Amino acid sequence: MIEVRELRKSFGAQEVLKGISANFEPGKANLIIGQSGSGKTVFLKSLLGLYPIDSGSILFDERDLDALDRKERQSVRQEMGMVFQYSALFDSLTVEENVMFPLNMFTEQTLGEKKDRVDFCLKRVNLEGVNAKFPAELSGGMKKRVAIARAIALNPRYLFCDEPNSGLDPRTAVVIDNLIKEIAEEFNITTVINTHDMNSVMEIGDHIVLLKDGLKAWEGSRHDIFHTEQPDIVDFVFTSELFKTIRKANRAE
Amino acid sequence: MLLNTVFKTTGAYVLLMLRVFRRPEKLKVYTKALMREIDLLGLDSVAIVSIISIFVGAVVTIQTALNLEDPLIPDYYIAIATRESIILEFSPTMVSLILAGKVGSNIASTLGTMRVSEQIDALEVMGVNSASYLIMPKIVASMLYNPFLIVISMFLGILGGYIAGNLTGMVAPVDYVLGIQLGFKSYYIAYSLTKTVVFAFLITSIASYAGYTVQGGAVEVGVASTRAVVSASVAIIVANYLLTQLLLG
Repeated sequence: MIEVRELRKSFGAQEVLKGISANFEPGKANLIIGQSGSGKTVFLKSLLGLYPIDSGSILFDERDLDALDRKERQSVRQEMGMVFQYSALFDSLTVEENVMFPLNMFTEQTLGEKKDRVDFCLKRVNLEGVNAKFPAELSGGMKKRVAIARAIALNPRYLFCDEPNSGLDPRTAVVIDNLIKEIAEEFNITTVINTHDMNSVMEIGDHIVLLKDGLKAWEGSRHDIFHTEQPDIVDFVFTSELFKTIRKANRAE
Repeated sequence: MLLNTVFKTTGAYVLLMLRVFRRPEKLKVYTKALMREIDLLGLDSVAIVSIISIFVGAVVTIQTALNLEDPLIPDYYIAIATRESIILEFSPTMVSLILAGKVGSNIASTLGTMRVSEQIDALEVMGVNSASYLIMPKIVASMLYNPFLIVISMFLGILGGYIAGNLTGMVAPVDYVLGIQLGFKSYYIAYSLTKTVVFAFLITSIASYAGYTVQGGAVEVGVASTRAVVSASVAIIVANYLLTQLLLG
């Protein structure tokens, strides 16, 4: 579980996160949504420790990253997996080497054991027979799958995804969304997903946090969305005619 | 304002180097990376260094011969001049400047692209010291390999002079060989290789700093690449003066 308390982060005079608190439970798809510039990416990168926070705390199963020494912090980091918006696969390495990278770096497994683990991870994301290919030879959806496989290679306790389905066609986007949700449930991983894709919200949003102007504007599940009158979430989610119709239908039930 | 920028940049560069030379997470992975960098940064440069060295050696011999028309000056002086020019200055300094262009821009653009495509963030999230993993093998590889390149350059430069002197008839082979051997100081080789190692560190560390700290997109990667070459070249020239004063002065 990840507990965020009164998280604040500024860049110069601009305060981007203005005291956000939220809990992210394991086994659920926790979604961070909000308009561009609402602070989603800064929030996620702060959770990952890529941005030092100004105040507040982030507890990873009751461990405060800021209170740990460098070695302990590195060890918590090894429990994290991350799927970046543009996959961030290492260009010079093959698919197999990409997925094997964290295993090479942090385990003492034999080559055979590592290859087995790579095959397992690639099979889990429904990707086989691409071990020898380079990232440049893969489609966007395949790159995302490899990124997920790399992220789960070390059996992470925490999985972070930044816009996991951006740039993908709707069908592949749904597949990737469901894959992340299945993996989170199967391995009981605490998953935090940054998105502004409403399909993802409706498809997998077990727990949704809406950010607006650096503050938490709303929190609930995808089922709560249809019944809330909170103007920020209604404005943000039900902008298209399609979603307005879906909302009406849900409220009528 | 300019002074402020210089201090800030120097401070950030030193801090990055302190991160680079931290104890590696896993030596085996770093050793593999080192071998890859030797291949990429060193072996790949052999051809260009060889071609340039042969022709510069030839040109130095011809120009020296043309400028020493006095019949009282023996021909082997041409070979001495060629040897000293190649060993003391051309091979360590000029070849390092060429490598600053070739290797420096390669390092800066590779690291810059990794930065803007979040590959460096991916390493950090995994718990890898990205500065050390990406930069240390490059620095060590070039400090190990560049002296070999420079020795090759010295040999081929002198050989180029021999061929040119022979082909043009400006220096007889026997005079050239005599001149190359006459009054040879082995300390000059040590001086030259010391300079090379320092230049190798400057080229790779400055280019790595430029690439690693890129912020933005493709345009900024291009700017960083240019900045890397310019800064490394200036650093080489300044270091060359200081080392010459220190080691020969």
